[in-house]
Amino acid sequence: MNKNNNKKVNIKKKNLTVVRFAGDSGDGIQLVGSQFANATAISGNVLSTLPDYPAEIRAPQGSLGGVSGFQVAFGDDSVKNPGGKADFLVVMNPAALKVNLKYLDKGSIIIANSGNFTEENLKKAGYEKNPLEDGSLSNYRVISIDANHLVEEALKDSGLSRTEILKTKNFLMLGILYWMFDLPIEVTVKWIEEKFSKKPVIMEANKKVLFAGYNYAENTEIFDAKYKIEKGNLTKGTYHNITGNEAVCYALIAAAKKLGRKCFYGSYPITPASEILHTFAKLRKRDVVVFQAEDEIAAVCSSIGAAFAGCLASTGTSGPGLALKVEALGLAVISELPLVIVDVQRGGPSTGLPTKTEQSDLFLSVFGRHGDSPLVVMAATSPSDCFDTVYEASRIAVKYMTPVIVLTSAYIAQGSEPFRIPSDKELKSFEYMTLPEPENFKPYMRNNETLSRPWAYPPLKGYEHRIGGLEKSNIEGNVSYDPDNHQIMTDIRKEKINRIAGEIPPIQIHGDKNSDLLIVGWGSTYGAITSAVSKAVANGMKAASINIKYLNPLPNDLEDILKSYKKVVVVEENTGQFAYMLRANYLLDVVSKTKVTGQPYTTEEVYSIIESEIKKF
Amino acid sequence: MNKLTPNDFASNLPVKWCPGCGDFAILTSVKKAMAEIGLPHEKYVVVSGIGCSSRFPYYVNTYGYHTIHGRAIPIATGVKLSNPDLMVFVVTGDGDAMSIGGNHLMHGIRRNIGLKVLMFNNRIYALTKGQASPTTQKGSKTKTTPAGNNDYSFNPIALAVSLGSPFVARSMDSDLNSTSSIIVEASKNEGFAFVEIIQKCVVFTDKEFDIFKNPETKDEVSLKIENGKPMIFGKNKNKAVVIEKSGPKIVEFDPTNPPSNLTVYDSSDINMARIVSSLTPPDFPLPFGIFLKVEKKSYENMYYEEANKDIDGIDVLLGENSYEIN
Repeated sequence: MNKNNNKKVNIKKKNLTVVRFAGDSGDGIQLVGSQFANATAISGNVLSTLPDYPAEIRAPQGSLGGVSGFQVAFGDDSVKNPGGKADFLVVMNPAALKVNLKYLDKGSIIIANSGNFTEENLKKAGYEKNPLEDGSLSNYRVISIDANHLVEEALKDSGLSRTEILKTKNFLMLGILYWMFDLPIEVTVKWIEEKFSKKPVIMEANKKVLFAGYNYAENTEIFDAKYKIEKGNLTKGTYHNITGNEAVCYALIAAAKKLGRKCFYGSYPITPASEILHTFAKLRKRDVVVFQAEDEIAAVCSSIGAAFAGCLASTGTSGPGLALKVEALGLAVISELPLVIVDVQRGGPSTGLPTKTEQSDLFLSVFGRHGDSPLVVMAATSPSDCFDTVYEASRIAVKYMTPVIVLTSAYIAQGSEPFRIPSDKELKSFEYMTLPEPENFKPYMRNNETLSRPWAYPPLKGYEHRIGGLEKSNIEGNVSYDPDNHQIMTDIRKEKINRIAGEIPPIQIHGDKNSDLLIVGWGSTYGAITSAVSKAVANGMKAASINIKYLNPLPNDLEDILKSYKKVVVVEENTGQFAYMLRANYLLDVVSKTKVTGQPYTTEEVYSIIESEIKKF
Repeated sequence: MNKLTPNDFASNLPVKWCPGCGDFAILTSVKKAMAEIGLPHEKYVVVSGIGCSSRFPYYVNTYGYHTIHGRAIPIATGVKLSNPDLMVFVVTGDGDAMSIGGNHLMHGIRRNIGLKVLMFNNRIYALTKGQASPTTQKGSKTKTTPAGNNDYSFNPIALAVSLGSPFVARSMDSDLNSTSSIIVEASKNEGFAFVEIIQKCVVFTDKEFDIFKNPETKDEVSLKIENGKPMIFGKNKNKAVVIEKSGPKIVEFDPTNPPSNLTVYDSSDINMARIVSSLTPPDFPLPFGIFLKVEKKSYENMYYEEANKDIDGIDVLLGENSYEIN
């Protein structure tokens, strides 16, 4: 690379920083965002990403509704979520600027592709004057680059059409950022070479533009600072930058391998859970059976069939799909078969906000079946935690012969973070009831400790049995309408799930344990709440937080913890579902703080909740 | 091991259908077929939905799963795809398969998953006590159609043929030998098999099928189709269905001297199956037998031919784009 030796470059150090990419949904924003994220991962940063894109595949070009965003927070161990406000905003057109300005604090840096700030695009975004020139952005540092012109110059001899040339401009911006943050460009070069191996001209063009961006930043005076972002203190090991949806897939495969059974995943396409199915589809094998069903009901039913046939079976969906699966889940409950159901929560009700995040399927998961139909509900806290949670869900499903719903959310499903690949030894073993000799086998005989029934499946000889959705006689498993038996079976199903509370590790309290204020979250708000409490404690406030992973049954130590604080504030992305559950379970007057904007809670938002609640003491 | 007999496939549970129900005869036919197919008990899985017919799994001594309304086919799909070595029967009814489960039947056939679907057609929702089903005939009076049914009814055989099922057959509950031999044939054919078994409901459609059973009338209104044979029917074997350019028609002749140019049924000919499956009384006799039996690669066989290796551990899978932190 060319070096401009005369150029003076300041090196600025930061513990963490937040970069947001924004442009038209056809601008390749998600692509450069994830490339950038991978580069930070390989540099040893802790990171967290937040894709934010419209539901339409190609919304009208240049329109406000068509803006796609991708945010990356990276740095040292203090990175727990994708961050609230961005320190750097890369915008490809006026609409992207207009939509994203609210994510910037004063003093932040805007890198804009001025080539797209044409009169037409400005009008589409509702700007009367060009904001890059009219002084309206004086609170920020604006770096204007005509990326259109630069790529046209770089590729003038490439033989590509103008449209093809302009498509490469996202890589120009990426090259600039790689220079600014001193990130390894090689990863993206390798990616381009693989991705476009069959289109050598496009491959060369993208590579050329990537380096052109890097060199442009290196050589021009407008880039006078480089940023040195602290690395994380990560455990030694092999890492993979993983999204929550990918982690779900890998956890199910790892669990099936550990159990020594086939992995079966039956699913139906639905945003934002489809990537689980896509990841599985690439891995179809003799022992990883992947089935795209005709609808959500068939998806869960195929998995129930696979569980009956002895597979570690699972299905994945989002809210509307979970609603359709509800009847079949009742069958899984009464059949007492192991099944993992992953619900990637999105904004509801109905079609709602398909690409946006929410935590509003809690009631549906815990209570949403006819009859008394208890099952296990767990929630993942982050992309890499999707692996741990789904693996543990699989283990519990098999040990207790029960369906387990795992709640993730659009935000952690599509966001990514470094995931340390566990060794086989680190993965917990599976426990289940040993089958007795065939002559002693009864389909609904039980393990005294877990109340679990044996998992006999075809074609195991001598264990042929018939089960179904009608009430079973205890032990024998034959159809029974006996009143006393229904009472017994209902009680057993409930008690079996309650006993799973014994599996739950002690709740970890974060922050100041001697404070009066406890912030309670569940699932994907973990990062924002933990960071906000850390910040509050660092600023001299007294606050603590807990994250509840097991939502049914609830942890045994939860009640005592809740009752030991003067004030309990439940922060969640719905209208107060978990707060309702805590009030109902513990007769405790918790304070409910909620938000349903389709965006995850940010550290700043939780911090201001803590601040205002402390003031009220 | 001694060859298993039909009685070996009886479970120890009392059979609880109404006395006189056609399902008893079908149960006998299925047990007979299972013995003849010759697999051991543990290789059979019977999956059912909801309805009178769907109590079936409790009465055979194999693996069985009595599931929820309409969903037997997707559940059985999960079983079969998990282990293609299993012989998976789906027992369903006209309400279960044609109405609430219609979508799954359609897609089961489209995929050609190797399920052997036995649809007991009594033309009524019997378990819920007598409502019109998708196969209830036009004009029939039921609890939900007190003035006579206005709905057009499905022809299940024509539906299965048009969707591309490689094996399609119709039988009558009382015809035990025919039913069991059709099931044996179905078990040997790769992929989906759709067998409609017309079944008397002793409570709600007791007389509905008498015309097909009464020795006086049955040969006039039903037609036994056999591969390689002309479609002759009638008490005196003096009539035949022939297929001409203008379509199917009935010809009459002197049975001692049948014409030599009668249409010969070919169960590998989908066009013939399309025409013959559409024949219904009163214009034509109702055909029974195997309409279609063709070779078509099954979903599960295609799956395992493609996915013929076991997966690597996640360390290998994730290792490709991994990086080291030291």
